[in-house]
Amino acid sequence: MRLLVLLKVAMKSIFKNKMRSFLTSLGIIIGVCSVIVMVGVGQGSQQKIEDSISSLGTNLILVFPNYMRQQGVSSGRSGRESLKPEDPAYLEANGKYILAASGSIRTGGQIIGGVGNWNTSIEGVSASYLIIKSWSMESGSFFTQRDDDTKKKVCVIGKTIAEELYPDMEPVGQRLRIRNKPFTIIGVLAEKGENSMGNDQDDIILAPTKTVLTRLRGRDFLNQIYVSATSEDDLAAAQAEVTELLRLKHKLDYGEADDFIVRTQTEITDMASATSKTLTLLLAAIAGVSLVVGGIGIMNIMLVSVTERTREIGIRLAIGARGKDVLRQFLYEAITLSLTGGILGILLAAGISSILNHFTEINALINPQIVIVAVLFSAAVGIFFGYYPARKAAQLNPIDALRYE
Amino acid sequence: MKKVIDMRGVVKNYQMGEMEVHALRGIDLEINAGEFVAIMGASGSGKSTLMNIIGCLDELSEGEYYLDGEDIRDLDADDFAAIRNRKIGFVFQSFNLLARTSALENVELPLLYNRQIKMHEARAKAAASLELVGLGDRIDHEPSQLSGGQQQRVALARALVNDPALILADEPTGNLDSKTSVEVMKLFQDLNDKGITIVLVTHEHDIAEYARRKVVLKDGHKIEDVILSKRRQAETDLSSWQGEDE
Ligand SMILES: Nc1ncnc2c1ncn2[C@@H]1O[C@H](COP(=O)(O)OP(=O)(O)OP(=O)(O)O)[C@@H](O)[C@H]1O
Ligand SMILES: [Mg+2]
Repeated sequence: MRLLVLLKVAMKSIFKNKMRSFLTSLGIIIGVCSVIVMVGVGQGSQQKIEDSISSLGTNLILVFPNYMRQQGVSSGRSGRESLKPEDPAYLEANGKYILAASGSIRTGGQIIGGVGNWNTSIEGVSASYLIIKSWSMESGSFFTQRDDDTKKKVCVIGKTIAEELYPDMEPVGQRLRIRNKPFTIIGVLAEKGENSMGNDQDDIILAPTKTVLTRLRGRDFLNQIYVSATSEDDLAAAQAEVTELLRLKHKLDYGEADDFIVRTQTEITDMASATSKTLTLLLAAIAGVSLVVGGIGIMNIMLVSVTERTREIGIRLAIGARGKDVLRQFLYEAITLSLTGGILGILLAAGISSILNHFTEINALINPQIVIVAVLFSAAVGIFFGYYPARKAAQLNPIDALRYE
Repeated sequence: MKKVIDMRGVVKNYQMGEMEVHALRGIDLEINAGEFVAIMGASGSGKSTLMNIIGCLDELSEGEYYLDGEDIRDLDADDFAAIRNRKIGFVFQSFNLLARTSALENVELPLLYNRQIKMHEARAKAAASLELVGLGDRIDHEPSQLSGGQQQRVALARALVNDPALILADEPTGNLDSKTSVEVMKLFQDLNDKGITIVLVTHEHDIAEYARRKVVLKDGHKIEDVILSKRRQAETDLSSWQGEDE
């Protein structure tokens, strides 16, 4: 039988049992849709991570406290308290490959000033912070090392806060209460916009490290230290230097474990994207399983269909259909079912992805490669799971098939 | 005369587990083009088995069989299918039409398995075939919308559509009332008058009387093979029926 006729026959028998055909395809629809969406979400988050990290610059080194210090060698402080406020200045002063270093102590809370109040995050940093982040001022000036040393209650505010609290006036020189402590605004940061995670980077207040530590947090250790290497080529040297200097500063004996972790920005990117790659694979695998389950559904229905239509097969054989004609008829039917399911699955996935992109923080990419793979895979599922029932039909003996009640 | 069927010593055995069933025990049968043969016999005598072998639906166990001059022992399953498609038209007791499929599409079906025939040609031939059996006005009806006699006529139209050398009918009137049976028999007679070879299995003696030759089977043997010199005319019977109805 000709291809066109076969397709017509397949479509006809699919439409004769609309509900059943739809439910059968549903397995494939869901399977294909979930593969595409899952992989899309995985790749979307991977790209976000990579974007956000490359936007930070490649010279950056991050130092974190080492939570997992060996037992018994701790100097009385717990691991998370190991980074001290003096460390950044020490690194900056003694490191040959270190351009700048800044501590970071984060807190948050309500601020009152200008036309009202606002909830934001407050980060205590060193005077060299702007160099490290290659950030600049829009107006006023950044605080100095002296401000830090004297724990002066000054701060600079992000563009968002300037717009929210001081819509019609110059914020520089204004007074502002951070968690009820009075601060003087000495500068407004240049606009930076959203980062690739969708967070507003301008919704922030920066203040000297020691000011934040004593006035707002009441503690004497840092969350982390930012270090900027003199150049990208010196990154490895700078990393080694940071380790060496901090061990010295922390008076760690030979053989004693580091009480801090030094990571370059690239290492962090790689780790994060490796994690999200694994996650993508895992999601794809789970979705793939649902595609296989969908295929089994098709096989099940095709087997039922072959049994139900034994008589029809007998008639076709009696009037001159060859075994391979019958095989093709059922195979095409299975492929049509799974391929239609695949195409509907792609459309559904496109819909879900655009809903995710519009209404949630989740970023889902539709990868054309995955779409092609999904279509091919769903056709393959049809062939694989349709072949056995189709062969069963083709091998029927015409007389037995005609007698079948 | 050209022999359509030439069978010599045909044996058919069925294996049923341990037991061997001898359905045909050595049949010799020659049928010439243009004949109208009725095959009779008690239930289980092997009539259907013989028909299936004649129609290449089943293989024989022993013996020789030439169909239209061709030795069927040289052929494989695909060739069998091609013979069923081009040379033979089947009519069954239970009509065997595809459900939920129009009369036209049912009749067209054999042509779709014939690659030499184009699709629009197939349509036209199917319509002509339906016209021939008097169902020109029923081409869009599905089997469930047709009477038994009409369904059997659709089946006959399907059997005719490929211009076969031979029409095989296994108890075509078995599911029909007596008047409809005679109507169908008239159709067979008309076709035979046009030169089409017909082999028909029946239980009923009066149906067999419409043929020109009668073959009787018993336990897989041919026990009688006679020419019916005075063929009964379905047309006459129908007109007398018409008289009774009034
Ligand atoms: N597929 C089969 N397997 C085993 N035995 C079979 C098979 N088909 C037919 N037979 C046996 O072969 C013999 C002849 O059967 P067949 O169907 O040819 O009889 P028949 O003359 O057509 O009978 P009926 O008038 O009842 O239709 C019977 O004894 C039957 O049991
Ligand atoms: Mg029989």
